[in-house]
Amino acid sequence: MKRHLLSAADLTRDDALLILDTGEELARLADRPIKKLPTLRGRTVVNLFYEDSTRTRTSFEAAAKRLSADVINFSAKGSSVSKGESLKDTALTLEAMGADAVVVRHQASGAPHRLANSGWIQGAVINAGDGTHEHPTQALLDAFTMRRRLGSFDGRRVTIVGDILHSRVARSNVRLLHTLGAQVTLVAPPTLLPVGVATWPCAVSYDLDAELPKSDVVMMLRVQHERMNAAFFPSAREYSRRYGLDGRRFAAMPEHAIVMHPGPMNRGMEITAEVADSPRSTIVEQVTNGVSVRMAVLYLLLSGSESAIGQIAQIGESE
Amino acid sequence: MSSFLLRGVRPLGGDPVDLLLADGRISEIGAGLSAPGAHVVDADGLVALPGLVDLHTHLREPGREDAETVETGTQAAALGGFTAVHAMANTSPVADTAGVVEQVWRLGQQYGHADVRPVGAVTVGIAGEQLAELGAMADCPAGVRVFSDDGHCVSDAVLMRRALEYVKAFDGVIAQHAQEPRLTEGAQMNEGEMSAVLGLGGWPAVAEEAIIARDCLLAAHVGSRLHVCHVSTAGSVELIRWAKGKGWDVTAEVTPHHLLLTDELVASYDPIYKVNPPLRTAADVEALRAGLADGTIDAVATDHAPHPDEAKDCEWAAAAMGMLGLQTALSVVQQVMVDTGLMSWADVADRMSTRPARIGRTDGHGRGLTVGSPANVTLVDPNTTWTVDPHALASKSHNTPYRRLTLPGTVYATFLRGNATVLDGKLA
Repeated sequence: MKRHLLSAADLTRDDALLILDTGEELARLADRPIKKLPTLRGRTVVNLFYEDSTRTRTSFEAAAKRLSADVINFSAKGSSVSKGESLKDTALTLEAMGADAVVVRHQASGAPHRLANSGWIQGAVINAGDGTHEHPTQALLDAFTMRRRLGSFDGRRVTIVGDILHSRVARSNVRLLHTLGAQVTLVAPPTLLPVGVATWPCAVSYDLDAELPKSDVVMMLRVQHERMNAAFFPSAREYSRRYGLDGRRFAAMPEHAIVMHPGPMNRGMEITAEVADSPRSTIVEQVTNGVSVRMAVLYLLLSGSESAIGQIAQIGESE
Repeated sequence: MSSFLLRGVRPLGGDPVDLLLADGRISEIGAGLSAPGAHVVDADGLVALPGLVDLHTHLREPGREDAETVETGTQAAALGGFTAVHAMANTSPVADTAGVVEQVWRLGQQYGHADVRPVGAVTVGIAGEQLAELGAMADCPAGVRVFSDDGHCVSDAVLMRRALEYVKAFDGVIAQHAQEPRLTEGAQMNEGEMSAVLGLGGWPAVAEEAIIARDCLLAAHVGSRLHVCHVSTAGSVELIRWAKGKGWDVTAEVTPHHLLLTDELVASYDPIYKVNPPLRTAADVEALRAGLADGTIDAVATDHAPHPDEAKDCEWAAAAMGMLGLQTALSVVQQVMVDTGLMSWADVADRMSTRPARIGRTDGHGRGLTVGSPANVTLVDPNTTWTVDPHALASKSHNTPYRRLTLPGTVYATFLRGNATVLDGKLA
């Protein structure tokens, strides 16, 4: 595995499967009375968040703490030059504090690349969402959830619906699911697909109803109401009618198919309450799985070796 | 005034001759010249070009002397083989009055490394709302002929029409930064395959081409002269070819970086590659080279844009747009146009001296290597290479995208009206 996790494209199929398998081992901890492993004792993980994201930050925090790492939460507002401290100076500060890993969420696409490649810090950099670029641990937890529900990826059809243009979740999922052997179809109004999407390893459709009957997974993305002000679509109602997942469309999906959403949801916009709360919706499960997968990523990047799974099993037995 | 005898130079890459520069002019051309008292330069095998003229330079003074000054910028120009540069108007204060353009012009005269021709802003404060006093800038000692809001597009069609018409009174030209503003809100890089993957806001080719098409039609309608700055797309080349085919008075420039670099470099997220207009695709680069070779594109212009380190040492979205260009322009052109066989040295002289001087009405420049012409001469050694070290450049800033790259061709000497500004590759 590479030293940083910046993009889902950094992961080979073996890397991704190792993370998912390690996550499964670590997930078993959650059923024990003592949920903590000593693995990262004495290591420091910094959560560097330039955007508010309680769910992702707390997920990484729980993951690091369950591995006994020291966690520093560093909330930074604004970006460089114009307001506050520059990314470089913040990075040099974190380096001086001895960060072994920096988990970064930033509104600028590529900010984690800059942290990892500019020589400002030595530790591992984990991308926790950068602008409209990528969110690789979200894709890993989504894959983890799919594998648990469906068994394998080969030939599975995953339909991702919504604001692909601005979605880092979609970009990471397309890369990772392709690597893992699934077939991805993106569904969106043409205005919310990037120019250049034709070169991505996936199919593209404007017609949700045509895709639903052949989908094993339907992943709904959050669509912001404000997008209609920039003429991406005429109104929230029209968006819902054409691209929202309601009870009627849910009924058109195969019986084994699941519904996913990375959250936070816009109930009534891209998804109705009855679908979101159905037993075939994995939305809450995704949150739980997020902690296991992020534990696996931290574990493999900070103390990583191929024998990770064996070690965890041993520790499990000795407790 | 000292005189120089250049022995064995190859004018425009032709057969070796001697060139005598005396009294500010090329006084003699021939074999085995002798000139008692002249400084003899053993220039055996060096290519002699008319002094290069840059239509598009950001010297940053007044206002951003931390990035560049007229002194350091013209030193970089001389070392790059230029004898005249056109200083863009987006300074602070903006060069939108006779006072500011005259200040910049006088600073150029004071340092003497290269002639500085100030470009005047088209609109007050480059705000795109009201015409600046173009006539006052034309009539002042700086004698402004090129007007541009560069950095911003004169996007209002009526304002652009009026500007094109108005400058006819004093033989001026509007140099347009073609960028439709609404189509480029939040734009960070070329819109296409790479922007889709990298999640950076797209700067579509159509935003440049739509303005160029409109401006060509406007210029034709009112019978004015239009110059298009830093053309970056294949479609733009086609539009300019079409306008020229109609016989309209439209000229265009291309930057060295758009002739060499592509948007694939943005995958590093290193803002050293952030520039406006953005780096485009390999297909665009190919079309630009072809357009320059066949003369559709008239000039190579550097868009030399110095920025302090902190403006690039940050995340992509926060970084400033622009890159250095004066000291690397001729080498890049040699690499992509001459060494590839697309252009001769005579073509280089045409695109980097004759035509830019004509577009800018830059008196005394671009006149060719003939007896009696002003002695603005550049000597380049095409058989040497050099490795670009950002900290060894004369510019105050270091934002060159060619760092650590080895390029062909070194400027050996530059003469401005018979005086050496550069000799033996160093400032004279």
